[in-house]
Amino acid sequence: MPRVVFTSHLQRHVRATESDVSGGTVAAALEAVFRAQPQVRGYVLDEQGELRKHVFIFVDGRRAGLGDAVRGESAIHVMQALTGG
Amino acid sequence: MPLYVGTRKGLFIIDEGRRAIGRPHFLGDPVSAVLAQGASIYAALNLGHFGVKLHRSDNRGDSWTEVAAPAYPPKPASPPEGTDDKVPWKLVQIWTLEGAGQDLWAGTIPGGLFHSNDRGTSWTLVRSLWDRKERAEWFGGGYDQPGIHSVCLNGKQITIAISCGGTWQSADGGASWQLAGKGMYAEFMPPEQRDNPNIQDVHRLAQCASQPDVFWAQHHNGVFRSVDGAARFAEINAIAPSKFGFAVAVHPKNPDTAWFVPAVKDECRVPVDAKLVVARTRDGGKSFAVLRKGLPENAYDLVYRHGLDVDASGERLAFGSTTGSLWLSEDQGDSWRCLSQHLPPIHCVRFG
Repeated sequence: MPRVVFTSHLQRHVRATESDVSGGTVAAALEAVFRAQPQVRGYVLDEQGELRKHVFIFVDGRRAGLGDAVRGESAIHVMQALTGG
Repeated sequence: MPLYVGTRKGLFIIDEGRRAIGRPHFLGDPVSAVLAQGASIYAALNLGHFGVKLHRSDNRGDSWTEVAAPAYPPKPASPPEGTDDKVPWKLVQIWTLEGAGQDLWAGTIPGGLFHSNDRGTSWTLVRSLWDRKERAEWFGGGYDQPGIHSVCLNGKQITIAISCGGTWQSADGGASWQLAGKGMYAEFMPPEQRDNPNIQDVHRLAQCASQPDVFWAQHHNGVFRSVDGAARFAEINAIAPSKFGFAVAVHPKNPDTAWFVPAVKDECRVPVDAKLVVARTRDGGKSFAVLRKGLPENAYDLVYRHGLDVDASGERLAFGSTTGSLWLSEDQGDSWRCLSQHLPPIHCVRFG
């Protein structure tokens, strides 16, 4: 199962727990996280369902978007971009 | 009553004694708006990475709970024919919070007004305003998108001001809206648009609590006053030392008394001759006193839209600057006492 890991900077604002979830894309994996941890959604996605402007996703070390595929053993890192600091 | 100071790096609550600044709330986070309503305090945060958040305290700031932030509905994939809405339907900032009774109102960038009647647990976009075709003419003033920075409440009457979208008013609690604010003009626009009420860059609008037909506006082009409930405004030319600024406060009991913090126009935005002053009129704008006792020279402080406030008595004022200085007056501005010169840049100052 893909593992979703959140930047420690997010923890200052909201409880976001590292999770192993099912899902074939970044979006599907994040949806699985949000089902279990609904408080996290608004910190990662905006109200139109798009990735926040200053949030970056990396899949196995590469920049990725919501539609990108993930493998069973992928690590999905949700990070803050330096642009929003 | 406490004084609330929202800054680039957190919220400060200064108690009645006005001596200690106290510990910051939300240290490190930009606080764009604050409201004390009933037994609660609301603080709007604009987190750099993670979006706009709203927090409420029911114990005077001892602890905070995150409540819902206003959220725009899904933007239609294909807009109605004849419209071309280039504005993303995404909350950029809560620019102002106002409340009366059970009602909370949030004025936001990019131009939506939101209403809550459950203490911020849920919010509804006021579609009767958002769906007006005139919104297409609005544009950003200081930000990429237009925003509602002033919400004046008077029973069922709601009067708002937008940078840059003029002054709008509802007589029925927000069910329907009319464009108000005739008489303002925009020097920086082409002649055909100069007098269009819908594109005016009102910087801040204030309504007299006891005589609600009187409004004062600090506009990009100067100071304006209305005595007919915001339908028509007249320019006030006696303001000194300059007519440019952002903030305005009106005496809650005397509609002829109002305060401003003038600055050098347009992009320069520092005190005239580097002398920080407050301008006060007590005769409806026929004349102004330039108040400087206790205020610095060699100063480059700018006071934002929400950086000046008067308390319910009309005696006490406070203002805070972009360079993190905070002043208090107990005598209607005749003299000022500096509470701090070392706060983060101040967005908003408000008596509870």
